[in-house]
Amino acid sequence: MQIYDVTVIGAGVVGCAVARELSRYRLRTLVLEKEQDVACGNSSRNTGMLHAGFTYKPGTLKAECAVEGNREFDQVARELGVPFKRTGKLVAGFTDQDRENILKYKAVGEQNGVEGMRMVDKEEMNRIDPSAGGEFAMYVPSSGILDPMQYTIALAENACRNGAEFRFGQQVTGIIRQDGDAGQTPASGAVPSQNAAGQTPVRSAVPPQDTAAARTPGGQPSSAPAVLYQLHTPTDTFFTRWVINCAGAQASGISAMLGYPDYPVKGFKGEYYVLDKKAGKYLSIPVYPAPNDKGGFSTHATPTIDGNVLVGPDSYVTQELEDYKVTKEHMDGLFADGQKMFRQMKRDYFIRNFSGIRWKRYDPETREILDFMLEADDAHPGTVNLAGIESPGVTCALPLARRAVAKLVEKEHPAPNEAFDPVRPVKKRFFEMTHEEKQQAIAEDPMYGEIVCRCETVTRAEILAAIRNPLGVHTVTGIKNRTRATMGRCQGGYCETRITEMIEEELGLKPEEVRYSKKDSYMFTGKVRV
Amino acid sequence: MKNVDVVIIGGGPAGLAAAIELYKKGVTDILILEREKKPGGILRQCIHDGFGLTRFGETLSGPEYASRFVRQVEALGIPCRTDTTVLEITPDRKVYASSSEGFLAIQAKAIILAMGCRERTRGAISIPGTRPAGIYTAGVAQAYINLKNKMVGREAVILGSGDIGMIMARRMTLEGAHVLGVYEIQPYPSGLPRNIEQCLNDYHIPLHLSHSVTDIRGVDRLESVVVSQVDDHMNPVPGTEQEIPCDTLILSVGLVPENELTWMAGAQPDESTKGAVVDENYQTSVPGIFAAGNVLHVHDLVDFVSMEAERLADGAARYVREGGLPECRLAVKGDSMACQIVPGRISGKGDVTVAFRVRRPMEECTIELVQGGQVIRRKKMPKALPAEMVEIPLKAEMLNENDDLEVRVVC
Repeated sequence: MQIYDVTVIGAGVVGCAVARELSRYRLRTLVLEKEQDVACGNSSRNTGMLHAGFTYKPGTLKAECAVEGNREFDQVARELGVPFKRTGKLVAGFTDQDRENILKYKAVGEQNGVEGMRMVDKEEMNRIDPSAGGEFAMYVPSSGILDPMQYTIALAENACRNGAEFRFGQQVTGIIRQDGDAGQTPASGAVPSQNAAGQTPVRSAVPPQDTAAARTPGGQPSSAPAVLYQLHTPTDTFFTRWVINCAGAQASGISAMLGYPDYPVKGFKGEYYVLDKKAGKYLSIPVYPAPNDKGGFSTHATPTIDGNVLVGPDSYVTQELEDYKVTKEHMDGLFADGQKMFRQMKRDYFIRNFSGIRWKRYDPETREILDFMLEADDAHPGTVNLAGIESPGVTCALPLARRAVAKLVEKEHPAPNEAFDPVRPVKKRFFEMTHEEKQQAIAEDPMYGEIVCRCETVTRAEILAAIRNPLGVHTVTGIKNRTRATMGRCQGGYCETRITEMIEEELGLKPEEVRYSKKDSYMFTGKVRV
Repeated sequence: MKNVDVVIIGGGPAGLAAAIELYKKGVTDILILEREKKPGGILRQCIHDGFGLTRFGETLSGPEYASRFVRQVEALGIPCRTDTTVLEITPDRKVYASSSEGFLAIQAKAIILAMGCRERTRGAISIPGTRPAGIYTAGVAQAYINLKNKMVGREAVILGSGDIGMIMARRMTLEGAHVLGVYEIQPYPSGLPRNIEQCLNDYHIPLHLSHSVTDIRGVDRLESVVVSQVDDHMNPVPGTEQEIPCDTLILSVGLVPENELTWMAGAQPDESTKGAVVDENYQTSVPGIFAAGNVLHVHDLVDFVSMEAERLADGAARYVREGGLPECRLAVKGDSMACQIVPGRISGKGDVTVAFRVRRPMEECTIELVQGGQVIRRKKMPKALPAEMVEIPLKAEMLNENDDLEVRVVC
């Protein structure tokens, strides 16, 4: 029986950051993800901002992690090879009320330790970006833009390279805690009956000394109680000494399975338009409207690191955990509001729509929105619980991960992984190469000369590298997110037929085995002619 | 840097026809660059017949039609580099391309843009709903079925009555799929009447006008779509929603000229055609850069594409020989009922074919070409459809050299 030291539930940006930080130690680490790739939930369903931290209540974990995550990101981006630009941000206003709200959050930002924020007049706004609307603004130099999908992939690949294991299509449906000196007890009531019935007691199969101190890397005697968790998924059972809950939208459910509260959360959904890169030339810096008195922003336009423009998100309440559909009502609203903030918005630029949901923890009595939850206590040995992690989760991912891993380290004192390499080497994209570099690349590998995706100029060499990704992700969407192929204005009209063919050839799949994104998202019913 | 008289970007029907005609006119230093493995363009996947009636007086399949041009290009020895994608062109007519054989840098005397068009997508028309597998544009579904031997689904709904959508309705039916219906947002079909007859009526596939897909459902694979009736402003009428279980949605919602390279060279765009503004020689606003075929404006029939490219060869050959062409100062404009007018500028000194479309279906109308208040050509049309491009040839002697030309549609 395989026993992991730590299992991270969820391969979103936080789960992958936790896995990466765990891989600094000699720990047998497993990441379980219910989807077929990393960042399928809200980790990729956001604006891709590296937030500065001026809208979060001082003293909260959210504020602390945002400022910390922002400060270190140049180095993180360099290490992991993540495209990132510290663009700064303009928070623009027209009225006295706007000015009042902006100044209020400027003071909050200063209290949180956000550096360099200053008010700028119309003239200076024009120097920063002539297309910015508004009469005055707060300039926040530390804000930046990144691709949250690429960032999550980078964290996961770096974790993987340093020894962490990833399993996809594994939704944890039940957790059983096996204490070292007692029989098994369900960690919660949420154990599926098929798993609860007829279990062999884990203790008899694995003596406690085999699971705890003796297996503790580095061999230090551990003060941690000898607990073992069984994690059930519809197809497998995994055994692990530690569980770290990074399940994002599903975090409250996992929290309850671990014996922590089933935290009430409220879903604030937002929809987006993705605009053609042709619109990108009109916007060099995120321009946000003045926040309302709760620190929320209405619809705005943000340049993406790849040169597109995102219009959105709007905000409305949803009840369904994975309600990622887009709606006519909100698309119409975005179009109308987006035109106010980004005058160049027009239908010709529409490429795609998407949505994301910020699942905020709240107090059911006072209705107050609560801070991120990160907890670990002796009543729940061998667990770290993260719940209510939402925006700015991408900015906070590594700071949260370090805090989560510290909870384990202080109990276990694992030996460092001497082979740990924080650097993820990346190749320059063909698209970004000079003529000479292109010439060189093709001379070295002729597959660089074959353009598979016309809109984003992605080569066969790059698609093949993506199909051979270290995480073993094989969906068409996975290839897209690693290369940008199909992300352009033709949305795969030219390259999708080639990519599916390459996936089949490279992996020896039949047409009906190719998946678009999710487990049962088959693209073909078979061959036309056998 | 290699020097070539004429670089033709795209080895589809426009590029091949232009190459042959240029060669016949004595310009023989030509290079065709084609991104696919074989020349022929989109025709390679159009295995149905109906091509060539206008150009050859007989009906051919797409590959047959293409092969007539491919064989001529081969016979003339015009080089066609396949598997070669042009990455960049400059206003001074440098062409940079990439292939597995290497990176190409070419200085051309003239460039002919013949890149064709692409399909509009779900994102472009903002269809609400989830994002499951099973949603294909008609051309992609056609490529999968006809070129890649992959069947895209079993129970299909088709949005848009464009020609490719109707052809795919028939094609999928012939391959054993069940096509539940074609839904068109306009109150009239957007494809050709013959395709409604041969692809839908013959197979009892219903066509629903003034309807659109208003929701997409399913998480992994498409499970159903919701269709709704739309009003005169194309807004869904509440209460008319109907959920249709299906595993496949085929989109045939329009074509857009593929002009990324064109704009890179700085050519002036035409908001109506989505192609470049060209003059009577099919020259763009950048001297020495020409465009014809679907990259210029979307055609209904490939025959017209070939013929337009053949007309282009005249001006391009003259440009190569003389190093320039006379200025075309006169604008060609349309009234509120005429759109997608090509060319956008004329000299008033040469023969010209004016192409355009009417904005909505009309009966018993008259087309008037007007210069300086004078009707210089009048054409009566018992029926005019947006799906059918109108072409009116004008002789130089009908034109004056001073006044803009106006296209009027009189009902």
